[in-house]
Amino acid sequence: MDHGRRRLIAALAALGVSRSALSAAREASGPVGSMADLGFAEIPDGALAEQLLYALPGKLPLIKKTFRPPNFETPVQYFRSAITPNRAFFVRWHLAGIPQVGAADWTLTVGGESAERELKLSLAQLRKDFKAAEVTAVCQCSGNRRGLFEPHVAGVEWGVGAMGNATWRGVRLKDVLARAGVKGNALEAVFDGADHGAIDKTPDFIKSLPMDMALDENTLIAFEMNGQPLPHWNGFPARLVVPGWTGTYWVKQLTSVKLQPQAEKGFWMNPAYRLPRGRFKTPSFKSQLTEANEPITAMVVNSLVTSLKSGQQIARGKPIDVRGVAWDGGAGIAKVEVSTDTGASWQAARLGKDLGRFSFREFSLSAPTREPGSRVVMARATSGSGETQVEQLIHNPAGYHHNVVQRIYLEVV
Amino acid sequence: MKALVVAALLAAALPAAAQESKVQLKDAPGKDKAQACIACHSADYIPMNSRFMDKAGWTASVNKMINAFGAPIAKEDVDAIASYLAENYGKPPATPQK
Repeated sequence: MDHGRRRLIAALAALGVSRSALSAAREASGPVGSMADLGFAEIPDGALAEQLLYALPGKLPLIKKTFRPPNFETPVQYFRSAITPNRAFFVRWHLAGIPQVGAADWTLTVGGESAERELKLSLAQLRKDFKAAEVTAVCQCSGNRRGLFEPHVAGVEWGVGAMGNATWRGVRLKDVLARAGVKGNALEAVFDGADHGAIDKTPDFIKSLPMDMALDENTLIAFEMNGQPLPHWNGFPARLVVPGWTGTYWVKQLTSVKLQPQAEKGFWMNPAYRLPRGRFKTPSFKSQLTEANEPITAMVVNSLVTSLKSGQQIARGKPIDVRGVAWDGGAGIAKVEVSTDTGASWQAARLGKDLGRFSFREFSLSAPTREPGSRVVMARATSGSGETQVEQLIHNPAGYHHNVVQRIYLEVV
Repeated sequence: MKALVVAALLAAALPAAAQESKVQLKDAPGKDKAQACIACHSADYIPMNSRFMDKAGWTASVNKMINAFGAPIAKEDVDAIASYLAENYGKPPATPQK
């Protein structure tokens, strides 16, 4: 038996899929958000049984992970284009106290020990006093694909849809900070939103950024998403947008920015959102390093095939149409390679329109089918800095940075 | 008939709070104490994290809720809650190898 075929059978067995089961899988569409359909390891059976499609007010039906706080995943079909519609954009909150904030009542306070002065800005002032800025960027939860970890780790058991790509419009954080005056001793910028825990003892969701990221021209205080005001569930009236870095830094319902000369010590900076030191080749958040761990920072390169499902049959002679999206932490996508023979050979996919280095990049490839039999489709993205998706999961305790190459099992008949 | 239509419409428009109340923990000894979890988050967090944790894993989770998030759970109830979670939402016992 050749290597590729042995790997296929082993992989199918690992998924609990027999070859005859593939045909059955095609007929009975799986439970909502089943990851086996996409050729990934399955999310925990309890999570799969519990989830359902449910529409929050103003949203399309999304995959409900939890009701309170609300955590809802975007179904794969909405990733068939590079921009994710606002109504389909995933919802992720840590704390159950989420006020309805009125645009007229909202105020952003900017100050702190390392600022020259304190500002209180209304939404109208932000719009009027600062130059508008726009960026198309992926917002992806640090724990996207956590549910696919083997062995499983505790947390929100996300499948592949805790992410989305939008064109964000607002003002540059650096322009607002310049108005407040940045003192030479500023080490971190600290962000708080209007959300709060169900009880007072629960740590407020407060995040910080190193000053170089806070002053980066792409970091925005955004109040529009794809030409519309931010949906309530995505942080109305204004949220932080930190292109390239994971969603944990994109503080929603932003109410305060403080500059300070010391590292932020709150729960959500440490011990939450940490990776073992040196396990990933992502930028270091230097003021937050400990001997053992470091905060998660930029996203790792990744891709998602959106046009195929495991168990699908393709008539011999018809091409296999492989389409999807790829993204990374800001180097941009250099290439996406596709294999239809379990990784024995790879071909460069055609890349879609370049919407900027922080955006989803569409890819497509059409592969002929000549012989009947099983085929395994894989897609592997490479970033502009030469990073590539991994073959084997890099396990870590909190379940971050899952970018294992996807394997979709097809039958040519 | 009219009542049925109204009921169907209500079901379709059921707000999240009402939907959430449909998520019920399994009836078993210790459920009364485990209901304390629901003060801060919906019950679905529990089945979502099943079934892959043993009692030590669930004990660590309950302690995290108390120590990191300030959950109003008495220390003396931790064991009963973790036992309930392990029993009803825990890793299934290993099946003997053939």
